[in-house]
Parts: sequence; structure tokens; C-alpha cells
Amino acid sequence: MSIIKIKDMIYRYLKVDDEGNTQMEEPAVDGVDLEVQPGEFIAILGHNGSGKSTLAKHINAILTPTEGTVWVDGHDTKDVSKLWQIRKAAGMVFQNPDNQIIGTVVDEDVAFGPENMGMPTEKIRKRVEESLKAVEMWEYRSHSPNKLSGGQKQRVAIAGVIAMHPKCIVLDEPTAMLDPNGRHEVVETALKLNKEDGVTVLLITHYMEEVIHADRVFVMDQGKVVLQGTPREIFSQVETLRRLRLDVPQVTMLAYELKKRGIELPDGILSLEELRSELNKLAGGKRV
Amino acid sequence: MLKDITLGQYYPADSVVHKLDPRVKLLWTLVFIISLFVFDSVGSYLVASLVLFGLIRLSKVPFSFITKGLKPILVLMMITVAFNLFLTPGTVLVTVWKLKITEEGLKAAGHMAVRLIYLVMGSSIMTLTTTPTSLTDGMEKGLRFMRTFKVPVHEIAMMMSIALRFIPILMDETDKIMKAQKARCADFESGNIIQKAKSLVPILVPLFISAFRRANDLAMAMEARGYQGGEGRTRMYPLCYEKRDRMAYVVLALYVVVMFIAARFMTLKFLMGLVG
Amino acid sequence: MNLRIEHLEYTYGAGTVFEKNALKDVHLEIPEGQFVGVIGHTGSGKSTLMQHLNGLIRPTGGTIYADEEDIFREGSDMKKLRSRVGLVFQYPEHQLFEVSVLADVQFGPKNLGLSQEEMLERAVEALNMVGLDKSFYDKSPFELSGGQKRRVAIAGILAMKPEVLILDEPTAGLDPKGRDEILDLVAQLHEKQHMTILLVSHSMEDVANYVDRIIVMNKGRVMLDDEPARVFAHRKELEEVGLAAPQVTYVCQQLKEDGWDISDSVTTIAEAADEIARVLKTCSVE
Repeated sequence: MSIIKIKDMIYRYLKVDDEGNTQMEEPAVDGVDLEVQPGEFIAILGHNGSGKSTLAKHINAILTPTEGTVWVDGHDTKDVSKLWQIRKAAGMVFQNPDNQIIGTVVDEDVAFGPENMGMPTEKIRKRVEESLKAVEMWEYRSHSPNKLSGGQKQRVAIAGVIAMHPKCIVLDEPTAMLDPNGRHEVVETALKLNKEDGVTVLLITHYMEEVIHADRVFVMDQGKVVLQGTPREIFSQVETLRRLRLDVPQVTMLAYELKKRGIELPDGILSLEELRSELNKLAGGKRV
Repeated sequence: MLKDITLGQYYPADSVVHKLDPRVKLLWTLVFIISLFVFDSVGSYLVASLVLFGLIRLSKVPFSFITKGLKPILVLMMITVAFNLFLTPGTVLVTVWKLKITEEGLKAAGHMAVRLIYLVMGSSIMTLTTTPTSLTDGMEKGLRFMRTFKVPVHEIAMMMSIALRFIPILMDETDKIMKAQKARCADFESGNIIQKAKSLVPILVPLFISAFRRANDLAMAMEARGYQGGEGRTRMYPLCYEKRDRMAYVVLALYVVVMFIAARFMTLKFLMGLVG
Repeated sequence: MNLRIEHLEYTYGAGTVFEKNALKDVHLEIPEGQFVGVIGHTGSGKSTLMQHLNGLIRPTGGTIYADEEDIFREGSDMKKLRSRVGLVFQYPEHQLFEVSVLADVQFGPKNLGLSQEEMLERAVEALNMVGLDKSFYDKSPFELSGGQKRRVAIAGILAMKPEVLILDEPTAGLDPKGRDEILDLVAQLHEKQHMTILLVSHSMEDVANYVDRIIVMNKGRVMLDDEPARVFAHRKELEEVGLAAPQVTYVCQQLKEDGWDISDSVTTIAEAADEIARVLKTCSVE
């Protein structure tokens, strides 16, 4: 069974004008179909206003679709009586690290979710310990969140979510406000959780280099999914990506430029090592 | 200046005072403050001082940290002391211009200064050794009986702990906004009161907008993590009294008795007698 | 305006437990008209350094000269300094407060005590520079998109007609589209208005395409200060402090290690593509 299933989903924000009249806006998400299998690492790409964050908020039932249906772990998100199960199944990490940490000490924050679930004390402590260790923040357990770096705060936020043992976590632009080191920390953490603990991950981002390790990538623009496939398939469409004003990793871009100059390279080169060995193959081949 | 406020700034250290149950610390602070105002003899101040400085040593919080809390209330303190000094009738000691300093005034001012300083220091020990969360936990549990009077104890405690978490963040933010407006040549220092108040608009508007945005984000994050109010919540660190907490209550009772005796018998005359 | 920094020191919270050296013995000279990238990761002291240049922070040691005049001398006119050295903070849209875009941009000129006409003229000119037309003037700054807000905030500084423009991570939090737009805008300001630009960033790739010179800050000191290609040649040192040269520089450096006859001082994609293509073509001729 798929963990997330989205069918023909449309979402329109309501706009209230000065007179108090409500009015439907243009759809923020416009007819999206998407299915996620347990254990997958999915990336959703798109620039600001592409509808990717609106989509993300549907998975935790913070928003419910105007049209169409979203099922999380088999529950329709419109079913209010299932809200609790949905939130337990799909945890959510947000963009601003400061605005999602509730506790004034790291471990107390991680405990917030399990406390809301009404877990016994001993079990909460076990969960907090295991979650903080999973994001490698255990030694900071008695620190104030205010003294941590952006990347560390985001890892604490992730620990807070996984302490509830969700089947899937949705990271809604978790790196947008971080520096390169912080971005790296967060993406590594998400990958580790996915590969080692089998947590389904939905990473929403506008940084291309973060999606390289995803199993599948969805590219959104103007509320629609415009591209989908493996990272390699996505990155081989440099022209389309550029038209969508998305960043292509420098290595992929360089390979593309070389191809334009008549050098035969395979499509969708993602890493430095790949490009290096391909270029050496070419040079070697010619020298012989 | 904003950074001088020690309220809500936890100082992590491994001490008995840190480990005490927050309810104990709350009651201690309350009783200590009341004792300062109820008993006023040299002897009781002596006892209070001994206890206060003993607690500071026990808490392992550097002394400079505790005195830092005094800075923001310095002006208030000076005004109070000045009032006591000049407006207490009695035997005139010195006359400066139209102001008379009386013996009683000097005494009252001295008492007031000591009381205020000890009050701030005493509560600083509590806030510096107790995480805001456990402090609010202590209030929530200690004041649970209030629920029978329809007081939303849990909600108030939650609000307080969130406020405490965001105070440092919003202070940083204020500092940043102030600098950003200064970079646009804003002037916060000169002008009369009205102009000064007006010059705050460019700080307050962005600050409020940011606070609302944060509140909105936080509410969403809390909801996403399954928060539904106090009903059915459990705690990672549930409050339960241990031996040291019971001991602390006993010590507190002793303190009250000693203070009482000190106030009665250890007057200035008595102490002079001891020395003489 | 020429800026000269000598022996600059700054210590946070001197005498307390939080005492921290934010800047240590910084020497720099920034001649008029240069486009400088200032790189360093969070906590390297780059932002603190920038806030000294317009007098927002008073150094605990050393001197800053603007056109050979000590900016912290007795009776120095701070307003004038701040209008000449414009500083755009990180997330500058957080400082917007007025009811309309036009009014917000006029805040700086108003504080300089200019006349109504002059204020308006400057605001219009500044909004023009950042590419916002008449249709935006009466809008509330709060109903704009993130990228637009940021432009308004930058216009708010430009309206003071600074000679030096410092931008502290002007692309933070923007998507690639917004980022490119802002960087192009800054490049234009340099070209057309001949402003001296200091662009603070933690991304080498962002600045490599634009700047004449890169200053790398680490732990409060100037670690490297040279033209981009030469700075990126110090790959190992950069890696040690958690910074990286652009990926294309890596590609070329590694190919050189593999025995390619290739320049390892390329900084942009186009340069790298040309270099690699050149080498491969000469190979095939042999």
C-alpha cells in the first residue's frame, strides 16, 4: 500500500477583501497526482510560488484539498476523526528553525510530540534519546536551542518529529534559511534516516544539489507537476530546468556546455567523479 | 542594554539548587521575598544575607551573573530610595537646598535598597537555576488547585513558557531591526518625547509583523506535532518530590523560625551588646 | 570613496563570560569602484566587519578611514557616513514598515532632512534602479513577493545615494530565480552607477561570476584576499575552514592532477567548458 496517495488535487486559497467578501484565488496546486511508496526518498522541486509548500501542508492535514483527495497511510485527510492518525503517520519539519522549536531546552523540545501522544515517561525518555542520537545531537540535549547553529536547530526539529515514530516525514524547505554547512547537515540527516531507518522522506526544496540522492524527483511549476523521474532523468533536461529558472548543479551544467561544444558525454551527469572519469575516458580514448 | 536582562536566562550548572523541584524553588522565593518585607531588624537582614549568599554559592552561578540582573532596575531603585530618603519625616540630619534628610529617612532608604536588591537577587537565583520550562511546569502543577476556579492553568503555563523561549529571539530581532533602521539614518536619540516615540514606529511595526509571523508558524508546528491542549499530555520529566526537596522544605521552615527569632531578639542594641 | 581599515579589533562583551573576539587585526583597503566578494561561513566575523564600515559598531581597537578621515573621530557626522556607505542587512525586507512602497523608500532621504521634492525624486530614481515601476508605488510593501520586498528594501538604501554599497547575504532565502535577479541587479549598480560594492556571501559560486576580488574571512581574520582565480587555487585551505571553491574549479584542478594540460584557475562554467574543450581538441589533433 502506498503511504501517500494524492489524486486530482486542487487547492485554492481563500482571499478575504476589505469588505469581508471571500473569493477563491487562482489554484495554488492545480491537479496533482502523486503516489509515494514506503521507504522512498522523494524530492519536490520548484521555485517560490510553484505550489510545492502548499502541497506539503496537505500531507499533514494542515490544509485539505479544495478538490480531489489526499490519503495518508490510508486515511482521507478530509476525515476529521482521522486527524490524529494522520499527524502521527506524517511528521513535518518547517522552514524557519526558530519558529518550530517549542521547548527551551533541546531534549524538552524533542519530548513535546511524544508528550502530546500521552506516552509514559520512560518511553518518552527512550524515544528522545534514540531520536537525538539518530540526528547526532545527543550531546546537545541540555543546551538551549538559541545557542545552536541553524543546521543544528533543524536537526533538533527533525528529532522532534521522528520521536513520534512517523511512517513518513515531510521536510518543507528545511534548508532555505541555512548556510552551506547547515544545508549539508540537514540533507545528510534526512538521507541517513531514509537509508538506515527506512523512514519515507519527502524533501521539498529549491536547491538542485539536494535532490541528487532522491529516488524520484517531482518538479513543480505553477501548481502543476511538470517533470518527474529519477534525478538522472531530470538533470538530463537542462533546457527545461533552465526555462523553469531552476538551478542546475555546476557539474551538470558544465557537462551540458561541453556537449554543446561537440564533446560526447552521457546525459544527466550528477557528480564530480562521474564527470572526471567520463572526461578521462574521452581523453584516454583519443590519446590511444 | 537589552542583553542585560537576566530574566529567563538559564545558567546551566550541576548543583543542588539546579536539581531542586521548581515548586520548592517557587515557594522558597516567595517566602524569602515576603520575609524581607515582614521582618526588618539588623538581625533578620543578617540571616537573610547569610542564606542568600549561601544559596548563591550552592547554585554555582557566578556572582556577576546575579548582580547583572540589578542593572535594569537601577533607576527604579534609585527613585524608591530617593523617595524614602527625602520624604520620611523625623529628626533632620542634613538639609540640602529644600530637601531634608532625616535619620528615619536614611534608615528607611537603606532598608528599601537592601530589600529591592535582595528581592532581585533572590528571584534571579530561581530563574538562573530553573529552566523556564520546569518553572512553568512547577507553576502548572503547584497551582493546579486553581483549576477548580476555572483558571486555565495549563494554557497560562504554556503561554509563559513560549514567551520565555521567544524573548531572546525577539530581542535579537529588535537589535537587528534597530541597526537596519540606523543604517537608513534613523535617529532614536534626539528630539522630545513625542519625536522619540514616533521614531520607534520603524522598529515596532517590523517587530510586530515578525512576532505575528512567528506565532503563526509556531502554532502550525505545534499542531503538526499533535498538540491539543493539556488534556491527555504526559511529561518526560514529571515533577515528583525527592528527599532533597523535602529537606529543602524543612530548611525553609527553619529559615522562617530563625528569621522570626532574629527579628525579635537580634536587634541592633542586642548585637551592640554582644560586641561591647 | 576609498576605505582603509587598519588593525581593526572587535571584542564582544569584554570582561564577561561571553567574551569573544569577533575581529582580530584586520587590515584592508577598498579602493573606489571595486566589486568585492566577502566570503566566510556563519560566525567568521564578516557581518561584524561590515557593520563597522558604516559606524554601526564601534571597534574596540584600530581605525577605519573613509577618504583618509577616521570615521570615529570626534564630531564625525554618522548620518552622512551612513548615507555614503549604504548597508543592506540580511533579510532586509524585515525592516519595511511604511504603508506604501514609495513612503518606505523615502524613509532614508527623510532622515537626511531632504526636501519633499528631493525625497520623491530620489525614491523614484532608486525604485527605478531596482526595476520596480510606477504600479508598485502605492502598494503596501507587505503584499509583495519575497523578491520584490527585498528590492524595495535595497531601494531604501539606494535612495540615500551611497558611494559604497554593502550587501549582507542579499540572496539568503531566495529561490534561484530571485537570487539571479538580485545578483544581476547588484552587478548593474556596479557597472552603471559605478558604486563600490561589497557583497557578503557564503557561496563562492554566487560571487565568482561577478566580483573583481574575494576576501575570505575566518575566525575574525582575513584569511585570503586576492582575485577570484587565485583565491580558489587555495582549495585545501578553503576546505579546511568549511568553504569550497566552485565545483568547476574542482573539476579542472582534478583533471590537472590526472595529467591534463589544463589551467586550474578557472572560476566560471563557460571558462571551464572552453578549457576542457580546448584540451580535448588538441588531443584529437595529435
